[in-house]
Amino acid sequence: MTENILEMKNITKTFPGVNALTDVTLKVKRGEIHAICGENGAGKSTLMKVLSGVYPHGTYDGDIVFENEVLNLKNIRDSEHLGIVIIHQELALSPYLSIAENIFLNNEIKSRGLIDWNKTGLEAQKLLAKVGLSEDPNTPVNKIGVGKQQLVEIAKALSKRVKLLILDEPTAALNDADSAHLLDLLRQFKSQGMTCIIISHKLNEIAAIADQTTIIRDGFVIETLDMHADKVDQERIIKGMVGREMNNRYPAREPKIGDEVFRIENWMVHHPDDHERVVVDQANLNVKAGEIVGLAGIMGAGRTELARSVFGHSWGAKISGSVFVNGKEVNVKTVRRAIDAGIAYSTEDRKRFGLNLLDDIKRNISIASLEDFTKRGLVNANEEFKVGSEYRESMNIKAPSANSIVGKLSGGNQQKVVLSQWINVDPEILILDEPTRGIDVGAKYEIYTIIQELASRGKAVLVISSELPELLGICDRIYAIAEGVITGEVARKDFSPELLMQYMTTVKEVSNV
Amino acid sequence: MSNIKEQESGVIGKLRNRLKGVDLRQNAIFLALLTLIAYFAVTTPNHASLTPDNWSNLVVQNGYILVLAIGMVMIIIAGHIDLSVGSVAAFIGAVSGILAVRPLEQNGWDWLPASPWFVAILGAIIIGALVGMWQGFWVAYVGIPAFIVTLAGMLLFRGLALMTLQNSNIGPFPDAFRAIGNGFVDKENTLGKDFGIESHNLVALIITAVGILALLWSSFATRRGRIKYSQSVEPRTWFFVKNALLAVMIGFVGNKLSQSSGIPWTLVLLIFLIVIYTVIMKQTTFGRHIYAIGGNLHAAVLSGINVRRVNFWLFVNMGMLSALSGILITARMNSAVPKAGDGFELDAISSVFIGGASVQGGVGTVTGSIVGGMIQGVLGNGMNLNSVGIDFQMTIKGLVLLFAVAFDVWSKRRTK
Repeated sequence: MTENILEMKNITKTFPGVNALTDVTLKVKRGEIHAICGENGAGKSTLMKVLSGVYPHGTYDGDIVFENEVLNLKNIRDSEHLGIVIIHQELALSPYLSIAENIFLNNEIKSRGLIDWNKTGLEAQKLLAKVGLSEDPNTPVNKIGVGKQQLVEIAKALSKRVKLLILDEPTAALNDADSAHLLDLLRQFKSQGMTCIIISHKLNEIAAIADQTTIIRDGFVIETLDMHADKVDQERIIKGMVGREMNNRYPAREPKIGDEVFRIENWMVHHPDDHERVVVDQANLNVKAGEIVGLAGIMGAGRTELARSVFGHSWGAKISGSVFVNGKEVNVKTVRRAIDAGIAYSTEDRKRFGLNLLDDIKRNISIASLEDFTKRGLVNANEEFKVGSEYRESMNIKAPSANSIVGKLSGGNQQKVVLSQWINVDPEILILDEPTRGIDVGAKYEIYTIIQELASRGKAVLVISSELPELLGICDRIYAIAEGVITGEVARKDFSPELLMQYMTTVKEVSNV
Repeated sequence: MSNIKEQESGVIGKLRNRLKGVDLRQNAIFLALLTLIAYFAVTTPNHASLTPDNWSNLVVQNGYILVLAIGMVMIIIAGHIDLSVGSVAAFIGAVSGILAVRPLEQNGWDWLPASPWFVAILGAIIIGALVGMWQGFWVAYVGIPAFIVTLAGMLLFRGLALMTLQNSNIGPFPDAFRAIGNGFVDKENTLGKDFGIESHNLVALIITAVGILALLWSSFATRRGRIKYSQSVEPRTWFFVKNALLAVMIGFVGNKLSQSSGIPWTLVLLIFLIVIYTVIMKQTTFGRHIYAIGGNLHAAVLSGINVRRVNFWLFVNMGMLSALSGILITARMNSAVPKAGDGFELDAISSVFIGGASVQGGVGTVTGSIVGGMIQGVLGNGMNLNSVGIDFQMTIKGLVLLFAVAFDVWSKRRTK
C-alpha cells in the first residue's frame, strides 16, 4: 500500500474547440485534506467530473489510479461504489423528502424488498450524530437551513462508506458559524483517516485546513504547495492562481461623496408565509452620491429581504415605511416603479433570479431597459448587439461575442452580465446583493473595480455581503443588521471586524409577554 | 492552445469549409419537410401529391391548425399550455353561425337578425377575445396553472358550443363568409383572361412574384444590417443557396396554385399572420417579454416585467386566434357543427413541439411551428393519397412527434 490513495496521471480532456485539461497530474495522500484552487473556468470542476465518472473512461486521456487500481469508471455509481463521493456546490437534496429519506435516497435500507423505516430512522440518527446535527430525521429538508442541508449531504456521503470525499465550494452559501462547524467536521474526519478533496474560493479556509494545495490555471497544474511549509499563505496561493502577485486585493480609491441619494425610513417587512413574523424591523438607512455603503449581517438577518422589499415589494408582506430617492418619496410597489424611481437591484442568486440562461448576452443586458432600444414599437436588435458588445468590452466579459448564450459562461462572467443589465438602466442607486459570490479572486477584483467606478460616476451603491473582509475592503460606511434590526453603523475610520461582528450578532432581548 | 485541425482538402473539404457556421439543427426540420414532399411525390399514385389541386387542398385543409399553432407557440414559450383551443374554435364557429346565418327558429335565436359577413367575423373574434380574457384571468391573476384552466375550458366551451347549437347544425353560410375558408383570390382568372392567359391564374403568379421579392429583400436587408454592426452572419455560399432554394420553393408552390383555382384566401390570411407574429415575437417588447418569462420567470419579475399582464394578453391573443380558426373551419365546412375542432389542440401542440419549441418554455419560433404543422399536414395528405388506413396514420403521426422531439433533445445534448 502506497501513501497515495489517489493518483490522476496525465489527464487530458478536450471539448470541441478547447482543451479543458492538459496533462494534469494530481496526487492525493491517504488521510490528508487536499485543496484545489484555481480561477473560475480553470478546470477544477472538469477534473472532479473526470474523477467521479461523470465523464466516463475513454472520453479523456490518462489514467486514474485509486487504491493502486486503474479505474475504468462508466458513471457516478461506479465511483460511489468505490467510495469516491462528490458533494456539489448546488446541493442535490429533494426538498420535500425528510432528512432520513434524503440520506438513504437510492441506497434504501430494505428487508425482504420493502423499506425498513425503523432501521432507516435509527441509522440516520447515528449519521446525524457523526456530523453534529441535532435534527429530527423526519424533518423535511426544506425546513432546515442551507448550513444544515450541507451537513445532511455529508451524512449521505458517510452512509455510502466514503473513502475519498470531494467537496465543491462547501462553504460558499454558509455563514461564518456554519463554515467553522463544517471545517471542524473535516478536521475530525481527517483524524479518523478519511481523505478529503476540497475546492474553494475562500482562501483563508484553505490556509486553515488544507495539508496540500494544488493550483490549476487554464487547464494546467501550476504547482502543488505543501501548506505546512514556511511562507505558504493566502498571498502565495493567489500568486499561483492568477500568475502574478496581488498585493492589494481591493483596488485603491479616493471617495468623492456628495448629497444623499437614497434613504429608507421606518421600513417594516413581514414574512409572506407568516404575517405575524417581523423580518425587517423599523430599518433606517441612507446612501449618498458616490458612496459605497455595506450592509453586513449573518445569513437570515434580513439583508436580502430588506433589499427585495424595497425593490418593488418583490419579497415580503405587510410592508410599511418610506423610500426616498434624491429627497423625494417614491412609490416602490412594483418592480417597474422601483426601476423608474431610479433603484436597481442585482440578485444574490444570479442563476435563479438574475438571468435567462437560455438567452444570449445582449438580450440579458437589454431586458430591464428594453424601452431604450425600441423605436416605433420595434426593438432594434442591432442596437442591442452594439450595446451588448460595448459592455462585453468594458466589463471584460470573456465570451466570443455578445451573441453568446449566457448559460455557457462562467460564474464571474455571468455576474458581469447581471451588473451590465442594471448599469444600463442608469439607476441612481444600485443595490448589489452578494456581487462576488462563487466567483474567483481575479474576477472579484474586476467587480470591485466596476463598483468603485460606478461610485466615482456619482452613483450611490449599497453592497450586501456575507464576507466581512470584502465589505471592509471596499465600503465607505457599513450598516450591520441582525434579526431584521439595524444594530449599528460604522464609518470607514472606525472599521474593525470585531466591532462589526459584535453588531451583527446583537440579539434582540426576549420579552416575556 | 487550441488544436488546429488540418485543413481539409478535396471537394468535400471545401464544401465543409464553406458551410462552417450553418446551424444544422435549425434547418433540419425544414429539410425533413422537403424530404417528405419528395417522398410522397415519388410514392403517390400518378404523383397525385404534386397536382395543383392537391397543393390547394393542402393549404386550406391545414390553415386552421396553423393559425392555432401560431398562438400555441407563444403560449408554450411562456411556459404554459392551452388544451381548450379546439373547443373554443367549435364554440366560436357556433357563434359565427348565429351571427351570420338567419338562425334556426326553434332555438330561440329568431329575434336576432342575420348580420353581414364582416360583422359576423368581427363579432366572433370579439367573443374569442372575451373567452381569452376569461382564461387569462384565471391563469394570470388567480394563478391557476394553465393546464387546469384550459382543461376546464376544453369541457366548458365544448358544452357552450353544444348549448348554442342545441344539437343541430347551422348553415349554409353566405358566399362572402365562406370565401375566407374556401375561396380564392380572383378565382375566375378575370385578370389573366384580359391578357389572354388561360392556363395560369395571373393574380396568383403576381402575388407569388411579390412574395419572393419581399422575402429576398428582407433577407438581404437583415444581412446588411448585421454586417453593418459587424455581427456574425451565415456563410455567403449558404446564404445564397438557402435563399435561392426558398425562392424556388415558393415559386414552385405558387405556380402549382396558379394552375388550380389560384391563391386561397386562407393562405393570404396565414402569410399575413406569420409575418405579423414573427415581428411581434422577434422585435417587440411584448414578444421579448414572453421569451424572458419562459426562460426564467423569477428573473423576468425582477427585471420589471409585468408578468401577469403579459400572461393575460397571451391568452386573449390565443382566444382570438382560436376564434379565427373556428371561423376558417366553419367557412370551409359551410356549416357550424358541435363536433368541430375536435382534437385540434393536440395537432396544434404537436406542430409547436415538432417545430423545435421546448417543453420547459423559453424556446420556440413562429416559423418553426408553421413548418412543424406543415410536416404533419403533408404527412396526413400523402398517406391519404396512398390510401393508408387511419390506424396506421395515427401510429405514424405519434412516432413522428416522438422522434422529432427526441432528435431535438439529442442534438442539443451533442452541442453542449
